[in-house]
Amino acid sequence: MKQLVFSILGLITGTAWGQVSFDRILAAGNEPQNWLTYSGSTMSQRYTTLTQITPQNVKNLELQWMFQARSLEKFEATPLVVDGILYTVQAPNNVVALDAVTGRVFWTYPYVPEREARPCCGQVNRGLAILGDTLFMGTIDAHLVALDAKSGKPIWNVAVAKAEAGYALTHAPLVVKDKVIVGTAGGEYGIRGFIAAYDAKTGKEDWRFYTIPGKGEPGNDTWKGDSWKHGGASVWVTGSYDPALNLTYWGIGNPGPDWNGDERDGDNLYSDCVVALDPDTGKLKWYFQFTPHDTLDYDAVQVPVLADMQWQGQPRKVMLWANRNGFYYVLDRTSGKFLTGKPFSTVNWAKGLDEAGRPMKVNGMEPTVEGQQVYPGVQGATNWYSPSYSPRTGLFYIPTWDKYSSVFVKVPTEYTEGRRYVGTSPRSVVGLQGAAVNQRKEDEGYGAIRAIDPKTGEKKWEFKMLDVTDAGILTTATDLLFSGGREGYFYALDGRTGELLWKANVGGGVASGPISYAVNGRQYISVTAGNSLLVYALRQ
Amino acid sequence: MSSLRLVLALGTAALMGIPLAAQHSFTPADIEDGGKLFRTNCVSCHGPEGTLVDGVDLGHGKFRHASTEEGVIRIIQEGIPGTAMPPNNFTDFQAGTILAYLRSVATSGRTALSNGDAARGKAIFEGKGGCAGCHRVYGAGSRVGPDLSDIGALRRVAEIELSLLDPNAEVLPQNRFYRVTTKSGEAITGRLLNEDSFSVQILDTKERLLSFQRTDLREAGFINESPMPSYRDKLSAAERADLITYLASLKGF
Repeated sequence: MKQLVFSILGLITGTAWGQVSFDRILAAGNEPQNWLTYSGSTMSQRYTTLTQITPQNVKNLELQWMFQARSLEKFEATPLVVDGILYTVQAPNNVVALDAVTGRVFWTYPYVPEREARPCCGQVNRGLAILGDTLFMGTIDAHLVALDAKSGKPIWNVAVAKAEAGYALTHAPLVVKDKVIVGTAGGEYGIRGFIAAYDAKTGKEDWRFYTIPGKGEPGNDTWKGDSWKHGGASVWVTGSYDPALNLTYWGIGNPGPDWNGDERDGDNLYSDCVVALDPDTGKLKWYFQFTPHDTLDYDAVQVPVLADMQWQGQPRKVMLWANRNGFYYVLDRTSGKFLTGKPFSTVNWAKGLDEAGRPMKVNGMEPTVEGQQVYPGVQGATNWYSPSYSPRTGLFYIPTWDKYSSVFVKVPTEYTEGRRYVGTSPRSVVGLQGAAVNQRKEDEGYGAIRAIDPKTGEKKWEFKMLDVTDAGILTTATDLLFSGGREGYFYALDGRTGELLWKANVGGGVASGPISYAVNGRQYISVTAGNSLLVYALRQ
Repeated sequence: MSSLRLVLALGTAALMGIPLAAQHSFTPADIEDGGKLFRTNCVSCHGPEGTLVDGVDLGHGKFRHASTEEGVIRIIQEGIPGTAMPPNNFTDFQAGTILAYLRSVATSGRTALSNGDAARGKAIFEGKGGCAGCHRVYGAGSRVGPDLSDIGALRRVAEIELSLLDPNAEVLPQNRFYRVTTKSGEAITGRLLNEDSFSVQILDTKERLLSFQRTDLREAGFINESPMPSYRDKLSAAERADLITYLASLKGF
């Protein structure tokens, strides 16, 4: 019998042995062959302990298979891998289950969003969550859908918010205990953003946290008049969870209208904040605001990277955060206390951070009728692209845009449901879609992988690209770093030095974070480029 | 043979409001094929009787966008832009068999309501009948057989009854059972999800998603017999009526 089981195992390339309990998700580091959450673990370090691929043999990586999405939209999804099955989303919202070894399809779940869906910036989806045998997906028409992971059949489908008012769900949900947590995009449509938790079994809403306090609630007075009602503060990147503190952390988007703050005097809480919530109740424990009264679209929609490290001689639970506004921050994630921070890219809108971490703004560095040039530009010094923290190298790695600016212009604007509510649009000197031919000049900025010492913010090394990047970063326990960029390369760097060790022309921009997984003892690296998902492993 | 065709053609002409001259003649086997096409491609929107879309009764010649058989066939083939009706890759003859099937449904009269007890039927489904060992309803039960959560919206009572009495009478392509035999002789059965020239993907009887390279297999192919037993002798007529009533009540989430 034993022999029979083993011989079958040898042949079976995709195996769904067990349900994904929340305990498994919390202990994801114990099963590095799987990739169970958007960022690889609830600590969101996008770091794998798999060691088969090393700096010595990485040059032997070769393409194993690819999956071409039947979609011309950007491929921003990070897949999940569970016991040999790879689940991903073909934009906008078709879910696919693939054999992680061969890429052949087990099932697809087609979802047709309502025509009223109007996500601001592409009909994109960034991935799934799983709990038990159930997958969870947010949709661009602001629904949350639960699917049977074995059959692809829907289990429940709830409307989270009104698509016709500009709400959308684009990020991968986060599972905490028995709940599925999502936030709403739509910051360019005058929404009032929120984060909500749904019962994983039934789809019933358990709690809702508005990212803009209502009348009479603390923080509502940081908005002038009724501006809070349409103040944006969206959520479109997956949060993190610390089980010891029982806190879930989420980055909040810009206030609206984006580039005209005249009618929303005040700090505009909790826009551009990280909020720490009790996942059982949705109650706010603490918040930290990176960019008070933002008029430059500096969403704080970065992945909260959690790390435990020695801090001035004491062990400390910290949160590492390279913000779209150009500053790098370290926070104590127990209390939200600001520990240190400094620019990691070219910044001219603030001359630094004060003792509490509040930016000291430079007068005049905001949108004007004539236009004002500000560094970083509208896409930020970084954006939603996943950073990575390697506990081995002790370095924090940031997908960076440097020496990059936009000319910010403002015009008056009024709110109408479902219409864009932004107060004009910045003139960017970098094309947003990228181009097959790159003829940008040096003073238009460049992309880079930047490695910094997380304790000081000091730059350790930089890998420069001529074009900018939308790619996330994966690091490994062999001190490799995988990433890419708009130029259409996928590459491996030495995580300690930044030296290029391997590259592949993938024929399209990389707009997601790579992952690693293993099946039958063989390590794979997966990334998306253009409209395809590609999977690499060492030549056999 | 020709007299049978004539009878069928006349029988349908009496029911249909569209011109007789345009109609073809179809054998019972053709009509059965039309039924398979209908159940595979049309039933989820039009319902088992062809009456679910507002203002449309396919069996009784009541249409919104066509007044002739040619018109209906064209709609089946080309769809209706701006509506949920998609184009289909059917020949004129195939589309005609679907119409002929619907007429036969109308001729045989509407399905009589099953007169059993749905609650008792549910107990049989989950207990004595052993149905949940292969079938799933509303998230409970096995995924190996067809999910029956919406079977009442997809199948007529007569069709459900036929499946219980004679499971082999009709098995939809996506529900065929599949067996792979490895080179070392192990046999694994399950539902075929996908196959290509080089590989096979199945959901096996232990509900595992499995993928095989054909080079690792000695054999792979469909099992002709349905794994489902006939309930002709396993349940009494009254128990079957209860079970059918329960299944007919399942209309999806």
